[in-house]
Amino acid sequence: MSELILHVSGVNKRFGGLQALGDVSLDITRGQIYGLIGPNGAGKTTFFNVLTGLYTPDTGEFVLGGVPYAPTAVHKVAEAGIARTFQNIRLFPDMTALENVMVGRHVRTKSGLVRAIFKTRFEREEEADIRQRAEELLDFVGIARYARFQARTLSYGDQRRLEIARALATEPKLLALDEPAAGMNATEKLQLRDLLVRIKAEGRTILLIEHDVKLVMGLCDRVTVLDYGKVIAVGAPAEVQKNAAVIEAYLGGAHA
Amino acid sequence: MSITPISHRPPSLFPRLADNPRAAIVWMLVTAAILAALPFVVGSFGNAWVRILDFALLYVMLALGLNIVVGFAGLLDLGYIAFYAVGAYMYGLLASPHLTETFPAIAALVPGGMHVPVWFVIPLAGGLAAFFGVLLGAPTLKLRGDYLAIVTLGFGEIVRIFMLNLNAPLNLTNGPQGINLIDPIAFGDFSLGKRHELFGVKYAGTYFYYYVFLGLTVLTIVACDRLQDSRIGRAWMAIREDEIAAKAMGINTRNIKLLAFAMGASFGGVAGSMFAAFQGFISPESFSLTESIVVLAMVVLGGMGHIPGVVFGAVLLAVFPEVLRYTAGPVQTALFGHVIVDAEVLRMLIYGVAMVAVMLLRPKGLWPAPVHGVVPKKFRAKPGDSGGPGSSGEAVQ
Repeated sequence: MSELILHVSGVNKRFGGLQALGDVSLDITRGQIYGLIGPNGAGKTTFFNVLTGLYTPDTGEFVLGGVPYAPTAVHKVAEAGIARTFQNIRLFPDMTALENVMVGRHVRTKSGLVRAIFKTRFEREEEADIRQRAEELLDFVGIARYARFQARTLSYGDQRRLEIARALATEPKLLALDEPAAGMNATEKLQLRDLLVRIKAEGRTILLIEHDVKLVMGLCDRVTVLDYGKVIAVGAPAEVQKNAAVIEAYLGGAHA
Repeated sequence: MSITPISHRPPSLFPRLADNPRAAIVWMLVTAAILAALPFVVGSFGNAWVRILDFALLYVMLALGLNIVVGFAGLLDLGYIAFYAVGAYMYGLLASPHLTETFPAIAALVPGGMHVPVWFVIPLAGGLAAFFGVLLGAPTLKLRGDYLAIVTLGFGEIVRIFMLNLNAPLNLTNGPQGINLIDPIAFGDFSLGKRHELFGVKYAGTYFYYYVFLGLTVLTIVACDRLQDSRIGRAWMAIREDEIAAKAMGINTRNIKLLAFAMGASFGGVAGSMFAAFQGFISPESFSLTESIVVLAMVVLGGMGHIPGVVFGAVLLAVFPEVLRYTAGPVQTALFGHVIVDAEVLRMLIYGVAMVAVMLLRPKGLWPAPVHGVVPKKFRAKPGDSGGPGSSGEAVQ
């Protein structure tokens, strides 16, 4: 259980005069749900964008599943094995739910233009396989009945699920979720929590960026707290909760 | 599991072979019969109508090619006609006396004159146009919307102006005079440029061109249909819908966009070589910006990204002006005793009104892709109410 999935160290990112990330390090073990929390503007999303190749870091070492990778292009990161969701859901709104998940299979399949035009046996079999995997994933996240609905017509909570299903379709070594509970009501949060637990039970590793401390504390195996772009605490949720620096960061000096 | 094992796309007017084989085959046979008989029906009103039909098919090919770029991949292209020009000039140069007349060296090389058969030129034209597609695509990869439109518009004009001015210092394209005496399509000795006897009646070449074009159009439709339901087609649509999300799914957006440009352009190139063979004459005039806009209008009017809609739009816009040309005068004379509005003027008027009407009433085109699973209006959250964002049935914009 102690195999490292993600090892990140010494990440620096500067935007002009602002040190958005200062020497951030992170180690995620296989099968964990790992939480990354911090107050607003702590650098969580910046770190996330650096990790997934959207921003280029100034320095940093990145190792995924024992293989070093350079987060220089978003699509290469996805290929290396990190699938992400977006804080403000980014689906393919006019495509059906099923097609959305099928797009997720893109990076693990290889039929090209010629095979598609001639509908070769290889292409047909791959296509059937893509379809089947996508249906299974929709079923797994619990929205199989909406398979043929346009993504835009799904409810907010279901769109979240669809986004997670699409990310899972890329067979990620690490599933990175950017504030998945944002804007959800209590029931939906509970369902999301249940879904994440089931994903973990399948042996997947999850990196969770979250605002909702309650959700993180109950769910995560390990937590890193960021503040002003620096790691101020690492550990099990219960330990971190008692950490003076964390309390200060969240509530201000007077409560420390 | 509540998924039915049928097409994941919403039901369309046409039964698909995989879903309902019997209906699909009946449908196909009926369509084939109608299409096969069409030139003879239309031809009874005069040969000009068969010619119009031929042009309509060329426009269908063009519109389908542009639909890959604009409809599938969502990349606005206002210079698409350039690829048509590339294909046309390719065939024009390879199958006309122009090169041998202007360059003695080439004449010495091919003593019998330049007569490259069209079957050899089709893949060549497609390939060359695809290359030009990549050439256009490469510098525009980071552009979207208006900016992309302007660059592609410029590209279309550049190609046309090159054709116009490449008569000096080396006379490659014969400038504004264009290239004449281009070989018609021929199957061995059976040249489509001549009249041929069929069931005891002599028919003009336009009839036979119709079947050649029809065959190519059917191939184009099949290719487009297969592409849209493939891994590459989905990647195109993903880029259209949300480029960043597409990248996050591991799609190499650069390559996939270039592929869309190349694929769309190659259809244009093939149509162009057919055009050159059909007309026997080409000049830069045929490849103006207006033509690009007409083809784009076909795609938009019909229904972007929806193959039957695009075909419909192309046929409508190719045939309608001609119908007007032949009927506007006589109808007005019959009604008012004299012609009040010239057919050409009337055409622009109707075009304008039709475009505004389509924008207002059917913004997704006359025949857009059928939509599945739209939440009825009464279940949708109103834009104003900021109530529970999780309330079921809310459509997130």
